[in-house]
Amino acid sequence: MNSSINAVLDTGSELAPQPAEPSSFPAEHTHLPPEWRTQARQQKQQARFRFYAFGLLPVAAWGLLSGITLALPDKPAGFIEEWPYTHEFGVTALSFVVLWAIFTVLASFRQLPPTLERINASFRYVAPWLVASGLIFALWELLTAKLGILEPPFFAPPSSLFDAYINDYARLADSAYNSVKLLLEGILWGTAVGFVIGVSIGWSQRANYWIHPVLRLIGPLPPTALLPIAFVFFPSSHAASVFLIALATGFPVAILSWSGVASVNKAYYDVARTLGASERFLIFRVAIPAALPQVFVGLFMGFGASFVVLIVAEMMGVKSGLGWYLTWAQGYAAYASMYAALIVMTIIFSSLISLLFTVRNRVLVWQKGTVRW
Amino acid sequence: MVAVLRKQDTPAEHAPAASATGTASRIQVEQVSHGFNTPTGPLGVLEDVSLDIAPGEFVALLGPSGCGKSTLLRLVAGLEPATAGTITQDGTPITRPDPSRIVVFQDPTLFPWRTVWNNVALGPEAQKEAQRYSLPWLRSLGGAFTGSTTGSRTPDSAVASQKARVDAALQKVGLESFAKSYPHQLSGGMAQRVALARALVNNPRLLILDEPLGKLDSLTRLELQSELVSLWQKNGFSVLLVTHDVEEALFLAQRLIIFSPRPAKIIAEIAVDQSYPRHRGDPALARLRHEVLNHLGLGTSW
Repeated sequence: MNSSINAVLDTGSELAPQPAEPSSFPAEHTHLPPEWRTQARQQKQQARFRFYAFGLLPVAAWGLLSGITLALPDKPAGFIEEWPYTHEFGVTALSFVVLWAIFTVLASFRQLPPTLERINASFRYVAPWLVASGLIFALWELLTAKLGILEPPFFAPPSSLFDAYINDYARLADSAYNSVKLLLEGILWGTAVGFVIGVSIGWSQRANYWIHPVLRLIGPLPPTALLPIAFVFFPSSHAASVFLIALATGFPVAILSWSGVASVNKAYYDVARTLGASERFLIFRVAIPAALPQVFVGLFMGFGASFVVLIVAEMMGVKSGLGWYLTWAQGYAAYASMYAALIVMTIIFSSLISLLFTVRNRVLVWQKGTVRW
Repeated sequence: MVAVLRKQDTPAEHAPAASATGTASRIQVEQVSHGFNTPTGPLGVLEDVSLDIAPGEFVALLGPSGCGKSTLLRLVAGLEPATAGTITQDGTPITRPDPSRIVVFQDPTLFPWRTVWNNVALGPEAQKEAQRYSLPWLRSLGGAFTGSTTGSRTPDSAVASQKARVDAALQKVGLESFAKSYPHQLSGGMAQRVALARALVNNPRLLILDEPLGKLDSLTRLELQSELVSLWQKNGFSVLLVTHDVEEALFLAQRLIIFSPRPAKIIAEIAVDQSYPRHRGDPALARLRHEVLNHLGLGTSW
């Protein structure tokens, strides 16, 4: 980590200004005059402990959350006298208060071993977000369970998510598993086929002649529009969904692979040809690597489209998955379960995109100045 | 630049040991004309150009911008076929690109996704792959009839020597410590040096230089000019250089060929009989420079 990143990580320490760079002093001060040496040593000792005052804010925010949850009574709403798991939620919030307090004390020590220093740096980095999240949860709990301003059952308090996760764990996990399986199957097919199609129409005139018009016609059609027909055409709703997810992923991947291959600097081919490259080499070692940055943009767009198709397909025909779970929960007016499912969905989709960016950053290390996810 | 050479009559003998070991090609361009079809009708680029490059000779092509010099290079490289006329390398007609004739372009055109080392290794890698995937069973079948053994696999020792070749090429241009860098981390001069190493690793018999120093700053350019001379003297290949810089041509080449505006015709040939290393302030070179500028219609500015 370079110093500029450290400076960013250190935002939390603005309230507790550091003494001038104590750790940057050389380990041995023998080259310094004696009076400087003692001064340096004193400065070092002073800097061992410096209270990290900003750390009190996450403690306070989460303290407020647990206080509101545990101390205030729930407002009865309809058939709900008291929300379940309120106590557990409050206790959990309280345990986070203790955790943040421990981290705050730890972050007050300087010149620790590298592992602890890294933990401190991370804590300082996330501290502002910890404050914000504590306050948001507190406000949420207050407006729903405690004051009833946001009306139940449409607005469930955060504590009720506990209920959903604990009591409906099996169904939710099964739905998530089925969604991920279906999604990955579709994405893999779509990526593979889209990439091959894109590269071939970028490379070969004949492939371009035959495939380009079809792409132009079918591509802009939202795959969700094909849903009802696909359920009839395919032997199972699963196969239909895989096809539609693949279509949604494949179209942007194909278009951007094509544009990537078509826009390769022609001089690269001249260079490779004079060096004795075969056509195979020109495709696999010149055209495709040069097109990869665009292919990844296509994948990013394709992922987004595939998420839409997945959820709509599950809502309309597939008898499992998170989309199905949402409609099922709606049928029972189990709004807390819907929020719980939405959070699971967010985590899954966001992780997939993060994974994509991780792979991209690995593959495209040679690029400079790219966006970090 | 180690060898100080005596002034001799035939230009080819300036290049030490080149023609003797057979590492250089003779290039013969005979009555070549070339044109493009444009929407406004055919456009003549080269008109009846004949040119003979002796093995190990350093020839520079000079002419007004856009006159078709670079097109001639592309024809010699085998990137395009000529509309009329023949171009031969050691008596064999040139029909396609070949690693024995390597082009260095004005832009280094390094592959940005490859490290410096892997860029230099491009030629050996491409040639190996071309060999591996060119229907070896057909090749060995052909070999059975003709008795040739070109279809055989590359032995491990060849791989090791290939690695050594890449290292050596990088060392020749003084960039061995940048082997793991990516092209975007290099300066213009360094990138062009890598492009030179990428050419040299193939042991070319003809080096085709298309304004290779055109985009560099003037100090780097002078530095690389000297390096080009010493690389040429050490390796002994023939060189065909296109440049806009009269001084550069006179500093580097044994023979200057001056083209007219498009369609390009040869209007003059000037032999530069100075020994290497040359000196930029040499009055003989200054006289020749005047002569060249006269041919290019710029003599009045002398």
